[in-house]
Amino acid sequence: MQHGKTEKCMNDLEKKIWQLLEKITDPEIPVLSIIDLGIIRSVKVNHTSTDTPHEVLIWYTPTYSACPAVDMINTDILVSLTVAGFTNIRLEQTLFPAWTTDWMSESGKEKLKKYGIAAPIGKSCENIALADLKIACPQCGSIQTILVSEFSSTACKALYKCNTCLEPFDYFKCH
Amino acid sequence: MMTTQEIENPLIKFLLHLGDNALIMGHRNSEWCGHGPILEQDIALTNIALDQIGQARNFYQYAAKLILESSGEQLTEDSLAYLRDSWDFKNCLLVELPNGHWGRTVLKQLIVSAYQFCVYQELEKNADKQLAAIASKSLKEITYHFRWSSEWVIRLGDGTSESTQKMKDALDAIWPYTNEWTNFSDYELNILGDSHLTIRENFEEKLGAVLSEAGLTAPTIAFSQDGGKKGNHTEHLGYILAEMQFLQRAYPNAAW
Repeated sequence: MQHGKTEKCMNDLEKKIWQLLEKITDPEIPVLSIIDLGIIRSVKVNHTSTDTPHEVLIWYTPTYSACPAVDMINTDILVSLTVAGFTNIRLEQTLFPAWTTDWMSESGKEKLKKYGIAAPIGKSCENIALADLKIACPQCGSIQTILVSEFSSTACKALYKCNTCLEPFDYFKCH
Repeated sequence: MMTTQEIENPLIKFLLHLGDNALIMGHRNSEWCGHGPILEQDIALTNIALDQIGQARNFYQYAAKLILESSGEQLTEDSLAYLRDSWDFKNCLLVELPNGHWGRTVLKQLIVSAYQFCVYQELEKNADKQLAAIASKSLKEITYHFRWSSEWVIRLGDGTSESTQKMKDALDAIWPYTNEWTNFSDYELNILGDSHLTIRENFEEKLGAVLSEAGLTAPTIAFSQDGGKKGNHTEHLGYILAEMQFLQRAYPNAAW
């Protein structure tokens, strides 16, 4: 009974942490939460004794090897959890399995589009050349678009131009 | 001054080799920042530089962990990048060669990306979990680098008479540095085993296909330059390190 109660208690804490993480956004794409991005792999709360604070262990996967947002996101996580009263927080990076846009939530993809960034199309394993994809303009919806560069404001995006509304836009590459 | 010369462990040597290739290539690419022919391509090459430096960090972090476990020596990704001298670096010579013009830069990038693609493709299956994880992560990024550089080499090789000539000259100049990639050292063979044959075959095929589409023919010279994997470098590496390492050496432990 006691054990079951503790178990439930832990789950509540973990749930609370997931809710806190939901509020942390990607500093470069502020409409996306880190949950939308799919970079949080697991959250574990351990409580060994009543005398020691809960140990929080968060495993995350960076989007790109050199994603400059990682340090910022880590700081945001630490601040958010510290404010919420957690004192013993460990962030662990895991590279395997490698992050993929397949982990991005559907609501995340919708938010991206509203923000003006075309969301990744298809599955990462299909590995279709960008030039062969028809990317719809997030501004006007036209598919009369043209690839300008495979790399844009960040490594995870490609730069397109819409031939209908003539606006440039970013496409979040399948990865 | 620290050195990694005495390290015998083939995995650590291989990690340093992979990390050094990525770091020095990334540093060379970064020299184009603000100098690209047009803004979009300037950004593209800078993004590739960032990917390379990120990959180097992953290899160095893992190497530092293994060095700590095997010898107790406290090293970090930063000390491996900033405090070793040129004879400690195990990168292939091609990455340290000066960029030259845009055509030569994209040709260098093509050769490096083709090789990195083929080696990571095999390392992804390696029994060492962390090495496989870094390779698998890097492979996704390299796929874009390879495609980007292929498109440029094809566009310029199969372009105007002037661009074709410049690409031919560039290929003549850097071709002697191509063989070194698949002229495997003992520590590479130790980790790669028989897969080194697959890597060599895939590399030649991947590179050959792009050159052929670009209308370029690889020179048939027998002469090949190597030594980088053992720490014997061209004079260019010293200049790169002097610039890259200056701050850490003049102001030890300075932090951003």
